[in-house]
Amino acid sequence: LRSLKGLVYRSLKLDHGCALHTAARDGLSSLSTQDAPERPRAVFHTSESDPAKHTEQHEGRLYNIPLEEVKAVFPHGLPYRFQQQIQTFNEARVMVRRPALEILAYLKGSNFAHPAVRYVIYGERGTGKTMTLCHVVHYCSRQGWLVLHIPDAHLWVKNCKELLQSSYNKERLDQPLQASVWLRNFKTSNERFLQEIKTQKKYMWGKRESTEEGRPLGEVVEQGLARVRSASDAVGVVLREIKQQSHRGSFRLLVAVDGVNALWGRTTLRKEDRSPVSPEELTLVHNLRKMVRNDWSGGAIVTTLSQTGSLFKPSSAYTPHELLGKEGFDALDPFVPIPVANYSPREFESCYGYYLERKWLQHEKAHTEDGKAELQFLSGSNPRQLDRLAGPL
Amino acid sequence: AVGRVLRLCRRWGAAPRAQMLRLICTTTAVQKKNVGASGPEKYTEAFIKKQIEEFNLGKRHLANMMGEDPETFTQEDIDRAIAYLFPSGLFDKQARPMMKHPTEVFPEQRKIQWGEDGRPFHFLFYTGKQSYYSLMHETYEKFLNVLKHQDQLVAEDLPLQKEKRNLAGSRWLTKIELEEMLLEKLSDDDYSRFIQLLQKLVALPCADIEENYIQKFSKKVPVQLQKVVIEPLKYNEQGVAFSTGEGKRKTARATAIVYDNGTGKITVNGTDILHYFPVLQDREQLLFPFQFLGRIGKHDMVCTVSGGGRSAQAGAIRLASAKALRSFVTEKEMEFMRQAGLLTVDPRVKERKKPGQEGPRRKFTWKKR
Repeated sequence: LRSLKGLVYRSLKLDHGCALHTAARDGLSSLSTQDAPERPRAVFHTSESDPAKHTEQHEGRLYNIPLEEVKAVFPHGLPYRFQQQIQTFNEARVMVRRPALEILAYLKGSNFAHPAVRYVIYGERGTGKTMTLCHVVHYCSRQGWLVLHIPDAHLWVKNCKELLQSSYNKERLDQPLQASVWLRNFKTSNERFLQEIKTQKKYMWGKRESTEEGRPLGEVVEQGLARVRSASDAVGVVLREIKQQSHRGSFRLLVAVDGVNALWGRTTLRKEDRSPVSPEELTLVHNLRKMVRNDWSGGAIVTTLSQTGSLFKPSSAYTPHELLGKEGFDALDPFVPIPVANYSPREFESCYGYYLERKWLQHEKAHTEDGKAELQFLSGSNPRQLDRLAGPL
Repeated sequence: AVGRVLRLCRRWGAAPRAQMLRLICTTTAVQKKNVGASGPEKYTEAFIKKQIEEFNLGKRHLANMMGEDPETFTQEDIDRAIAYLFPSGLFDKQARPMMKHPTEVFPEQRKIQWGEDGRPFHFLFYTGKQSYYSLMHETYEKFLNVLKHQDQLVAEDLPLQKEKRNLAGSRWLTKIELEEMLLEKLSDDDYSRFIQLLQKLVALPCADIEENYIQKFSKKVPVQLQKVVIEPLKYNEQGVAFSTGEGKRKTARATAIVYDNGTGKITVNGTDILHYFPVLQDREQLLFPFQFLGRIGKHDMVCTVSGGGRSAQAGAIRLASAKALRSFVTEKEMEFMRQAGLLTVDPRVKERKKPGQEGPRRKFTWKKR
């Protein structure tokens, strides 16, 4: 007695018409052969793979990023589940949503002689903030900007095994492992810029090694990777150089930070004498804070708030004020807030259609209208919930 | 063994002597009365009358105590007063204190069946089951009456009436009910023979003549749902139809208001269900009534819930929403819902811990020494 319909209307054939997807369903119901694979695709896919050309009419549709580009642009930064999905489906499909379109519009229209504008993407858990950020990062890398992408600032304030006292400044602490990992990924994503940008000062790494003035930035990165002890200082140098040279106009700079509320919260790290470490005492965090200040021009700063990795914050907090705290809010003020909400009905339909098309939903009831309504109810149109629900099906 | 002192009167009736007391030790096992052999306790008529007087007096006293009018004090008022004065948490309703009319308390018994000269009143007394056999005779007499009537109609060439008696809504008396009616014990065989005879009687075409007699032995079976009153839909200011329902599960109590023309949005205690019930299982429970009726995206719901844990609150809201949906739904669908178990209160509650055990069922760890 699971459903009334099966009981009463077994003899009648229900005919649900869905204007948007009738064609798609007819094509999908005959799962044996897909005679017209292009027709269903056209409804919720778009072949426009350049984010620069995405407009409102592409809203709710999924676009494809070729896998080589994914490896080049996103060595780090994509959510873990999305990476698994890329591996399963052998393609990377990102949905075009309104918050991302908003930011792209602002970026296209912004004047780069003015100080950098800060955008803060916020929203409830699992609504797609990191994916929005990745969309923006893809756009900027296509446009040829230098992308400074920090995948999750929370990784720098928790679970750090090694803390070294910084040689540059006695009060600060270094994190060699995190810094070297980040440097490696930065190198993969921005190869050509590292050759073009030249240092403007001489830097001393300890007593014997130094980098002369006018050397390409790639050397600093190599130095940081080779000598892990000075990796954090190398990061600091890279950030400084890039910031100073961005306003000259030879390149545009995008600072993309995911989980920016980590920079102003508390850490779970402790010093050797068991006293807690505050974020300012970490070199990486200190340098990153300088980047996020809007005292430079020639680019933009796009950040995301994240509750999932945050420390000592209740799970119901999602507004900037709650997650950043007073200090962070004052530091980031003024900024442009971009809220990200759950899927709209259209976006939900397109995500559902995509799962159906890739045969991710194997359950026979999942193909029906009722199944779709059930999925929508149970997930509350939340992207993360939908993803987790569709997994076992 | 406890010793009992027996007073012996003087055995030899010679001179008046003081009564001799002899100590005889006996065990209680010998002295216990054999309760089963004497049958159920017999009450005399005088006893019953006295009980009735006492009951009436007590009723008036109770009415006085509660401050109500003694003349118009009904049995329901008595029940309410007793429940108020002697509150009891016992689950079995029949174990709680009660005050009822003596005829309900003391079972009906047979008065003595023979006169002063020792001759029994009824002619079938010596069969042992006089009421049963007299009933069988009576029923057979009616049967023969009907046959005679049938023959008469055939002789007059009149059509035999063939109105089908509605057997669906009625049932025969059970064996226990019949025993109560006849005031004597029956065996299963006797009972089945009587029911067979009744069925034969009813099967005859002209059985309508004896309809009164047959109805004494049949009872109506009410369809479950007839007792439940469906509330009509209410309309709020915007003209949207809505209805309310209440539900409970374990210690959780919930009220739900279901609105028509909705998008499937559900709010619990002011928050969205995705935030209030992070666990999928609870949301599935909320989904069940709507999915069963096929109305997932058609109604909005606003609920309030308190008490219990997460699962109990989910069950309470499910019951409340199912009850509220009754107003939107046809009777047939409501019957389906009832059969699916959506409208029944779940009676399972936490079982009481017993003394001498660690929990309701778990015993203490058994140690050999």
